[in-house]
Amino acid sequence: MRTILFIIQKEFRQIFRNKAMLPIIFVLPFIQLLILSNAASFEVKNIKFSYVDSDHSGASRELISKFQSSDYFVIVDHFLSKKEANLQMQKGKVDVILEIPNHFERNLLTDKKSTLSVSINAIDGAAAGITNVYISQIIASYSQKLQSQLYQYNEGSFVQPQNIITIPSFWFNNTLNYKTLMVPGILVLLVTMLTLFLSAMNIVREKEIGTLEQINVTPIKKHQFIIGKLFPFWVLGLLILTVGLIIARLVFHIPIIGNIGLIYLFTSVYLLVILGIGLFISNYTETQQQAMFIAWFFTVIFILMSGLFTPVESMPNWAQQITLFNPIRYFVEIIRMVMLKGAAFSDISTPFFIICFYAVVINGFAVWSYKKTN
Amino acid sequence: MNQEKIISVKNLSKVFGDFTAVNKISFEVNKGEIFGFLGANGAGKTTAMKMLIGISKPSSGEATVAGFDVKTNSEMVKKSIGYMSQKFSMYDDLTIKENITFFGGIYGLSKTQIKEKTKQLIQKLQLETVADKLVGSLPLGWKQKLAFSVALLHEPKIVFLDEPTGGVDPITRRQFWEMIYAEAHKGTTLFVTTHYMDEAEYCDRVSIMVEGHIEALDTPANLKKQYNVDSMNEVFLKLARNIE
Repeated sequence: MRTILFIIQKEFRQIFRNKAMLPIIFVLPFIQLLILSNAASFEVKNIKFSYVDSDHSGASRELISKFQSSDYFVIVDHFLSKKEANLQMQKGKVDVILEIPNHFERNLLTDKKSTLSVSINAIDGAAAGITNVYISQIIASYSQKLQSQLYQYNEGSFVQPQNIITIPSFWFNNTLNYKTLMVPGILVLLVTMLTLFLSAMNIVREKEIGTLEQINVTPIKKHQFIIGKLFPFWVLGLLILTVGLIIARLVFHIPIIGNIGLIYLFTSVYLLVILGIGLFISNYTETQQQAMFIAWFFTVIFILMSGLFTPVESMPNWAQQITLFNPIRYFVEIIRMVMLKGAAFSDISTPFFIICFYAVVINGFAVWSYKKTN
Repeated sequence: MNQEKIISVKNLSKVFGDFTAVNKISFEVNKGEIFGFLGANGAGKTTAMKMLIGISKPSSGEATVAGFDVKTNSEMVKKSIGYMSQKFSMYDDLTIKENITFFGGIYGLSKTQIKEKTKQLIQKLQLETVADKLVGSLPLGWKQKLAFSVALLHEPKIVFLDEPTGGVDPITRRQFWEMIYAEAHKGTTLFVTTHYMDEAEYCDRVSIMVEGHIEALDTPANLKKQYNVDSMNEVFLKLARNIE
């Protein structure tokens, strides 16, 4: 036990003495949290809208004014021909071209129907899909209003247009605030990346400068060295979580409905998994460069398959199976459940025990693969 | 001289794939002796030494250090030895005092022992003015003397020194060897590798390794007589040339 304390003391001295690393550990994560949470948004806003109005009628102007009054669209230009509009689309100046054909209003009045053509820049398929929904909604509400007007106008008697109104009720994030979803997720990401990189690099660094050999010549026990080495990063991880939660609460006003103790309980086991992976990486690498590369490889896969940016439910089945091995997936799931839904321990017990299991397996492997003797 | 054997090695080998780095070496080291372990670069010195200090597993053969088998009891071996590697291996980002505290601590010294040792050591090396400076800011010669003293902190029976004076100026080298002699006088055994043949002359006995074998082992005086030359330098060149 005394030996472990000497190692911990040494590690903390080194961490706090490293003038280059300190800001990376304590300042950068929170700048990232502030920037990413505001920037990484799935909301599609400021869609560059343009139109080709070949009709120049009251009906066409009314339709365009509907787009004008929408928050999602910015009318950047209008064109005389489709060809001209297409050119601007190719240049990336516009995202949407609404084409109103000749005789649009006349057809509406005589045939009670008319056609519109919409072109959407679909390089980002997801954004295009959302844009399409917005456009359809605007046109649908326009046509509904028009229908009721036309019926009144033509038949001379009031006819109630048939329509179905859906009123969605959004649970757990009822203002559909994107940040409510992203801030806890990004916090998970920061805690994970920092502890993984720091632990993987730390031991490899001792290998590089030769001090690990000196340590291996001492009668120090494997578990003493590993606990002493990883404990400081475990503390750092919890510290980052704490500051992150405070920022989430004070800056982003993210609700913390559930028991915060549950988040800490889960994180303290979760960090063991991540630190175990870091140790594992450092056992199989010789230089910080290799360790960095491998740690990156794992983090990218872990992040993209975590449900942080894309819901796990919309992944193909095989990919969903893979995510079951991803510790970040459980952390993202649990922090959102506890913070936003107020989940109790019974709700998160399954992922919690899975993470406990991983902690034992990974650290078992890591300790086994750490060799004082070659 | 006390003839108690503190290191005994029998047919010790280390094989990496199809390359035999150390090929069936056998020798013994007496207690309190300064044993020079010589050889050209790549002759297998460091590999052999790593087996003796318990951080490399022998492929075959036997070795006992301070009475413990290096294969089965390497952790007990580690308690009885000190080691100073050819690469400076203290923490550059810790101060002299902090390094002493750390290494003393992991060898199990008590707080008062650490305090006392720190005081003694700093006084002996005349490092009072820089005791709270980072080790990284010290000149190499000072670092090496410090590393040697730290390797002695837990009063080991044997100290292994792997090219301790590489890159150090002649005055510091002389001082370093004075420290080695002083330690040998206390009864500590010193196992030293070096490339400086004048240093080989200071050893009680030397062995010369060539391509994984021990080609010669005797006192410097006997070796010079045997090869009919005036200096250890010539002994070394003769042995190395024979192979070529």
